[in-house]
Amino acid sequence: MFDIISKQLIAPAVWRQTIKAPEIAGKRQAGNFVIIRPKTGSERIPLTIVSSDNQAGTIDIIFQVVGATTMDLAEVESIQDIVGPLGHPTHIANFGRAAVVGGGVGIAPLWPIAQALKQAGNRLTTILGARSKDFLILEEAMAALSDKLLIATDDGSRGQKGLVTEILKPLLEEKKLDFVLAIGPVVMMKAVSELTRPHGVKTMVSLNPLMLDGTGMCGVCRCKIDGQTKFACVDGPEFDGHQVDFENLNRRLGMYKSEENQRREARK
Amino acid sequence: MPLNLNRVSMPEQKPEVRCHNFKEVNLGLSLESARAEAGRCLFCKRPTCIAGCPVGINIPQFIRAILDNDLPEAVRRIRVDNSLPAICGRVCPQESQCEAACVLHKKGAPIAIGALERYVGDYAIRENLKAECGAKKKNLKAAVVGSGPSGLACAGELRKLGYAVTVFEALHELGGVLTYGIPEFRLPKETVVKFEIESLQTMGVEFKTNRLIGKTHLISDLMENQGFAAVYIATGAGYPQFMQIPGEDLNYVYSANEFLTRMNLMRSYQGDAAATPIFVGKRVAVIGGGNTAMDAARCALRMPGVEQVSLIYRRSEKEMPARLEEAKHAQEEGIEFQFLTAPTEYLGTPEGAVHAARCIRMDLGEPDASGRRRPVVIPGSEFEIKVDAVVVAIGTQANPIMAQTTPGLETNKWGYIVTDQNGLTSLQNIYAGGDIVSGAATVILAMGSGRKAAQAIDRALSMPPTV
Repeated sequence: MFDIISKQLIAPAVWRQTIKAPEIAGKRQAGNFVIIRPKTGSERIPLTIVSSDNQAGTIDIIFQVVGATTMDLAEVESIQDIVGPLGHPTHIANFGRAAVVGGGVGIAPLWPIAQALKQAGNRLTTILGARSKDFLILEEAMAALSDKLLIATDDGSRGQKGLVTEILKPLLEEKKLDFVLAIGPVVMMKAVSELTRPHGVKTMVSLNPLMLDGTGMCGVCRCKIDGQTKFACVDGPEFDGHQVDFENLNRRLGMYKSEENQRREARK
Repeated sequence: MPLNLNRVSMPEQKPEVRCHNFKEVNLGLSLESARAEAGRCLFCKRPTCIAGCPVGINIPQFIRAILDNDLPEAVRRIRVDNSLPAICGRVCPQESQCEAACVLHKKGAPIAIGALERYVGDYAIRENLKAECGAKKKNLKAAVVGSGPSGLACAGELRKLGYAVTVFEALHELGGVLTYGIPEFRLPKETVVKFEIESLQTMGVEFKTNRLIGKTHLISDLMENQGFAAVYIATGAGYPQFMQIPGEDLNYVYSANEFLTRMNLMRSYQGDAAATPIFVGKRVAVIGGGNTAMDAARCALRMPGVEQVSLIYRRSEKEMPARLEEAKHAQEEGIEFQFLTAPTEYLGTPEGAVHAARCIRMDLGEPDASGRRRPVVIPGSEFEIKVDAVVVAIGTQANPIMAQTTPGLETNKWGYIVTDQNGLTSLQNIYAGGDIVSGAATVILAMGSGRKAAQAIDRALSMPPTV
């Protein structure tokens, strides 16, 4: 069992939890994720470690309550099973002028990577997108480490009204970026990758396919990268956005939609 | 006395009943039939059956104990060499091992050694006879990576030799393939697998779940920071292989590992009651001819709403690597076998769900490297079958994590760990065995290498330090 030390509702239905997991905290690097099973009988779900404290032996996760498993996770006081840190850590280097682009709860996994990029000496532009001001998470934390923070919301309640790509576009056209990293909904990561492609700006995305074991055993997380089959859990989760088959990813993400809806309704 | 060739047959659930449930197919012998079968043993002066067993169980000794009605003694006799009798009695390919070596095999009626072993294992479970371990704990710690059959066998043996043993498991449940791979109807989890693991716990073996070695801890952490004097790597070959044909990434095309992990580890066979879903539809095609393919096909068949399960194998029935009993059970239950057939492409709906498999017929040509006749495509023989789900059970590969994270650990060109005949890797005091060394094999071969490595570890650590 893994005790939840503290939890906090940081946006509607979005929770941040600090969990005692010293063995994982000791090994975790930016970009790593864990597989969590909230209680006996639960599904196994992947979640990025957003921060860790080696001294305190804790890791932090941020998740949105969307289905039966995350409903359980929001309610339990200790977590039955956590394994990790999984996946390759992010390749961090000083690329020069880097932009990190986050959408919705995708801002959570973006945060530790932004920190690492900043520490590596990048000049960091952060572009955050959310439905509205209320759904925007980690704004202060991101502001604190960014050279420039730009925000887009669907309703214009914070930052400019519109999409993150509308902010990114002029920066690319003015040749102000050497590297882009985007995490968020598939459609956003795809749009960002399409936008940077003609400019030849290296663009990494972090993929969130279905996972079961997270250790390379089942292959449900297989993605098409440059025509090759890759497992997001052991080969990723980050890949070159210009090589990702996003249609494929989106399609596979919808595989259990009806079963997920049914379980969520049954859980209510 | 004339030879008794009346081999006992295993009572089983009727095919038309069992194809609708996940309860165990084989029901086990009664005491009466077990003793009658034991009575057929010739107790050869030089028993050939023992050599047929990869862990060298003294078979005539435990059969004698059954005959003498001393079942606790039979349990003790088996456990000298095998800590998992209720498991091996169920899943070993006895027909090609001990029973093939039995002198009565020539007469067509070898002793049903597997059924008797299971009888003894089940007796231990019924009577709650956990293994005991008299060996004092040495002041030496050994780590076992992976709690599948090879890891369990190694852990049991190391404990008997006096070591403090810790087994690290990446998943949330112990047992490796025994838990995630082999279905409930062939190997019950709660009663059998759990008991055998608990038995190791009572011997003093420590188990830690949720630790992926290579990620949570490196091998070097175990050796240098956590005080383990030796490590046995038994991570299995659980990295799924696909055929690299078009459409394999369509929805509901599963690797056998995914399909069986959902079914068994995550209990998806319980339908809506399970948190983890599985979709099978009405028509399922399983690709492959091994035990894993049989397990997947028979799981699929048992799901509500399934009307047809086809097993597509590229060679003929004779070359099928599955245990005879599995293939026989599958056939009785109504699995449709398509021999000499291979898929070439999967076709999908506009939403991306698989709806057909395009297949081609094969002919058998010259023998290949495995000694089996190589399947050759018959031109123009393409045809389509309608499917709602496909399970690809064509084998597995080595998981790359251990090699990627353990500098100096030598692997071969397929990624399997290279060892000497005792399981020693290229690194000092680090051993490996089971499928991560041999490639996918059987439970008992994995156990055999675990046991052998444990003995080699003991020899290495018992040697006086060189100056």
